[in-house]
Amino acid sequence: MAEVLLVAEHAGGKLNPSTAKSVTCAAAIGTVTVAVFTDSDDGVASAAAQLDGVSKVLLVESAQNAQALAAVLAPQVVALASNYTHVLAPSTTFGKDLLPRVAARLGVPQVSDIMTVKSERQFGRPIYAGNVLVEVTVPDDVTVVGTVRTASFSAAATGDTAAIEKTSVDADIPDHTRYVGLESHGGERPDLQSANRVVSGGRGVGSAENFALIYNLADKLGAAAGASRAAVDAGFVPNDMQVGQTGKIIAPDLYIAIGISGAIQHITGIKDAGTIVAINKDADAPIFAVADIGLAGDLFEIVPQLEQALDS
Amino acid sequence: MTDRDVMQYDVVIVGAGPAGLACAIRLRQRNADLSVCVLEKASEVGQHSLSGAVIEPGPLEALLPDWLDNPPEICVPAGRDRFEFLTAKRSIRMPTPPQMHNNGNYVISLGGLCRRLAERAEALEVDVFAGFAADDALFDDDGKVIGVRTGDMGIERDGSPGPNYAAGVDIHARHTILAEGCRGSISKRLIAHYGLDQDRSPQTYGIGFKELWQLPEGRAEAGLIKHTIGWPLPRDVYGGSFLYHLDQDRVYVGFVCGLDYPDPLFSPFEAFQQYKHHPSVHALLEGGEIISAGTRALIEGGLQSLPRLEMPGAMLIGDAAGTLNVPKIKGVHMAIRCGSDAADFIADNDTSAGFDAYFRANAGGRELRKVRNIRPGFKAGLWAGLANAALETVAFGKTPWTLDNHADWSSLDKLDERDDNGPEKVARDLPPRDRLASVYHAAIHHEENQPVHLKVRDTSICATRCAVEYDNPCTRFCPAGVYEMVDDGEGGKRLQINAANCLHCKVCDIKDPYEIIDWVTPEGGSGPNYQNL
Amino acid sequence: MKILVCAKRVIDYNVKVQINREGDGVVTDGVKMSINPFDEIAIEEALRIRDRGEADEVVVASIGPGSAQQQLRTALAMGADRAILIETDAAIQPLGAARIFMQLVETEQPGLVLMGKQAIDDDSNQTGQMLAALWHKPQATFVSKLELADGKATATREVDAGLETIEVDLPAVVTTDLRLNEPRFVKMPDIMKAKRKPLETTALAELDVDLGPQLAVANYSPPPQRQAGVMVESVDELVAALRDKGVI
Repeated sequence: MAEVLLVAEHAGGKLNPSTAKSVTCAAAIGTVTVAVFTDSDDGVASAAAQLDGVSKVLLVESAQNAQALAAVLAPQVVALASNYTHVLAPSTTFGKDLLPRVAARLGVPQVSDIMTVKSERQFGRPIYAGNVLVEVTVPDDVTVVGTVRTASFSAAATGDTAAIEKTSVDADIPDHTRYVGLESHGGERPDLQSANRVVSGGRGVGSAENFALIYNLADKLGAAAGASRAAVDAGFVPNDMQVGQTGKIIAPDLYIAIGISGAIQHITGIKDAGTIVAINKDADAPIFAVADIGLAGDLFEIVPQLEQALDS
Repeated sequence: MTDRDVMQYDVVIVGAGPAGLACAIRLRQRNADLSVCVLEKASEVGQHSLSGAVIEPGPLEALLPDWLDNPPEICVPAGRDRFEFLTAKRSIRMPTPPQMHNNGNYVISLGGLCRRLAERAEALEVDVFAGFAADDALFDDDGKVIGVRTGDMGIERDGSPGPNYAAGVDIHARHTILAEGCRGSISKRLIAHYGLDQDRSPQTYGIGFKELWQLPEGRAEAGLIKHTIGWPLPRDVYGGSFLYHLDQDRVYVGFVCGLDYPDPLFSPFEAFQQYKHHPSVHALLEGGEIISAGTRALIEGGLQSLPRLEMPGAMLIGDAAGTLNVPKIKGVHMAIRCGSDAADFIADNDTSAGFDAYFRANAGGRELRKVRNIRPGFKAGLWAGLANAALETVAFGKTPWTLDNHADWSSLDKLDERDDNGPEKVARDLPPRDRLASVYHAAIHHEENQPVHLKVRDTSICATRCAVEYDNPCTRFCPAGVYEMVDDGEGGKRLQINAANCLHCKVCDIKDPYEIIDWVTPEGGSGPNYQNL
Repeated sequence: MKILVCAKRVIDYNVKVQINREGDGVVTDGVKMSINPFDEIAIEEALRIRDRGEADEVVVASIGPGSAQQQLRTALAMGADRAILIETDAAIQPLGAARIFMQLVETEQPGLVLMGKQAIDDDSNQTGQMLAALWHKPQATFVSKLELADGKATATREVDAGLETIEVDLPAVVTTDLRLNEPRFVKMPDIMKAKRKPLETTALAELDVDLGPQLAVANYSPPPQRQAGVMVESVDELVAALRDKGVI
């Protein structure tokens, strides 16, 4: 039976949602142990223990673990890894930074961005920016190290209470890497590339002034604002807002396309989005062929109504 | 004024197509002391090259006898020839015109051939610079061409230098060879500047579409070459389709229309897509997928429109001049022949003076003379054209007359002069859905912030006179949807130019009825990235 | 100080990738190849550091087929001083690449190694971190700003939560993100100069590197097409559908 060690991502006493999604992937492979590296037991371990499918939480408390630095965490994960067949982490900037360092120390390859679990050692993953999927198989005699593409798994439910085991690891921790600070995306509209929600406008919005509709709805939803190429070419918005083949390729949980016809170049940029909503007056617009929820109608009526409805 | 770099060569060649590269190779074969460079605006050699292409290998074999040892990625010996007349439902087999027999020929990717030629040129120490667009010619005080200037890189939309600005360089050369292909922007300026087209029939052009399809297994017959005329073209449009079967269940499917069509509402792109929905073609393509697609203007004027090929310090070769053999629908062998001729002429004479007569007396010129009257014969419609073609063919072109061409920009009827808009359209279900979807398969890329490279001299005509007279034909003849009439926010319309979609086909520069569109080179490396076309 | 930049030859980002008929790879015949764009940013950063006087040599290394010389010549034309190609026709996975680069690190002794955060073909995002681990040196990944002083590097990292700044002792491995810089245009005279710059090619077999255990990669397939969902008739229905899906 596979024994999976999953490295939890957390900050500020909160478990990152990516961890709960990764648990779902890990549970499809084998028995799940979640490792929490922290400088103080601030409730993250018990949050992890509540996730369904987690059989044990390892709590590694040490002053050095105040910040999630790959160079500091990697030797500790390596020290724990000998008891497990698999070591996983979410494929966030945290997991992407950490796990290859672990894999290299273990002398094993890493599977990045696991989308599907075919067997204990066989996984589906995307390459070429998601334009191709492949199946990769890890050789039998080595530890499986992989990062989990969180968008491919739903979050594990809560309700369980797994045991929390405090432990210490014997590892040589380097001091060559120091945390200086974090400037979070607060206040401003979130970054288009990494936002969980995006509201985009197209040619149908009609003018730069009308884009206020898009910005207002985005702010209401805590979303980033984007645009189609047609809107950029028409001069409504600057081109750093462009979503699509020649703009940004994004994968938010929610994407709302307003007045966007849905040229293939645009679809290419959003094909990995969670839920796509389309609002367009042309019921035959190609955007509706890829939208999970479509509403045909006048955006100048619909968008203000939608904003109001979100208030209630 | 600026610290522009100057580079010195014996010969600078503009355009790494078959003509330019053949010229470069031949120059170094003839005289290894000549320094030669080739400029190519595409990001890599071959990425802007597009042709049918069934080539006659003769001139290529003469230049590089071992070319088949390392053939282009797509290179399939020609098999059966079929020639058909289409009606909306049926295809009627016709005898293949003699010019269209392809025994001994090869179906190739022109981009692939150009890559191979560039490798051979570089092995001969030709400097091939891809990603650099020659922007304009340079002259000395006597009015002689002394080279070209490459375009500046990193210019912002408003024309000011951006943070990565890099000034273009001046390339000085004793010989400048324009091998830009059909309707080259510098060639166009030099033809006007030196009056090279004086006493010639106006040039006439076509628009050619091409798609590479991957079909379900077992469907293609490698080497089969099929051409059609008739449906879906109206009788007053010269053109037809080509369908070349490749290996690995791939096919090239393409369509060519003369740009002298009269109906302002005619859409060449739509005609191509209609053709693909003919029952005989639809059955072949259904379930397949498009690998790549592109569009390019063709030069069809032939001998009577061929400008003088020489000017002080410079020469025109290949389709920049117009050496395409229209009845054969083949230009590659002629381009290679013309490029080789130019090289021989320079190697022997060290001047451009006399090249025009040299080419015309040579094999290429003789070939063009033989077929000179076939294309203009179609001005009177399809059947008259076919009858004339048959006559010219049996007479080996020795008819005592030479028919005239007419300028394509002036061929449009006004809206109120038309009552026939051609055959009824069939519903389409094969990709691409529209022009934007087609552009997607051209892997196009233009740096977003650069100035618009389609210069429309007077946009006030668009919403007024042109809308009334022709209903803005630019919105239909452009294969990429670059030109759009959009609401101006004040109840009227204005022209919007989506320059980043431009396929560099040059059709707008040719067909616009007021002659006010100038296609100029965008930043080097911009444009389509054709794959195996 | 010497900077080593690791650069990979990849299918150009404009190309629409096509799976081959056997389903065991993608079509590369007749396809445009380029320097991995993130690696190009790494090269640009190395050149800027050198041109500021904070380094005296930029060496660009690649692992790949002989044709990867073309991409290395481009790097030399951008301004790199020297290039090294470890020649192999095999597809090298990140662990193997990191071990090969580790050998180069031992012979070249760079003060800084730069490379892109990931290659746009396999999207692994591993090689830099693996090299840092094998080298027992610090790493700074996803870097959008980099300053060097007093034997240390201060790096701003584009992490999911925002911009994180860390300080690392040199030597270190830094992997570059999109916003670090915009690579320069190559100039024609520099292409000519690049032809004379040293480009050393070594066969991979001569290095005697154990590439380590390999992942078996198979069944290349296109991603599933998105399907049309439901059409709603009103804003209320839309909001209800969104709540139903748990996205608002």
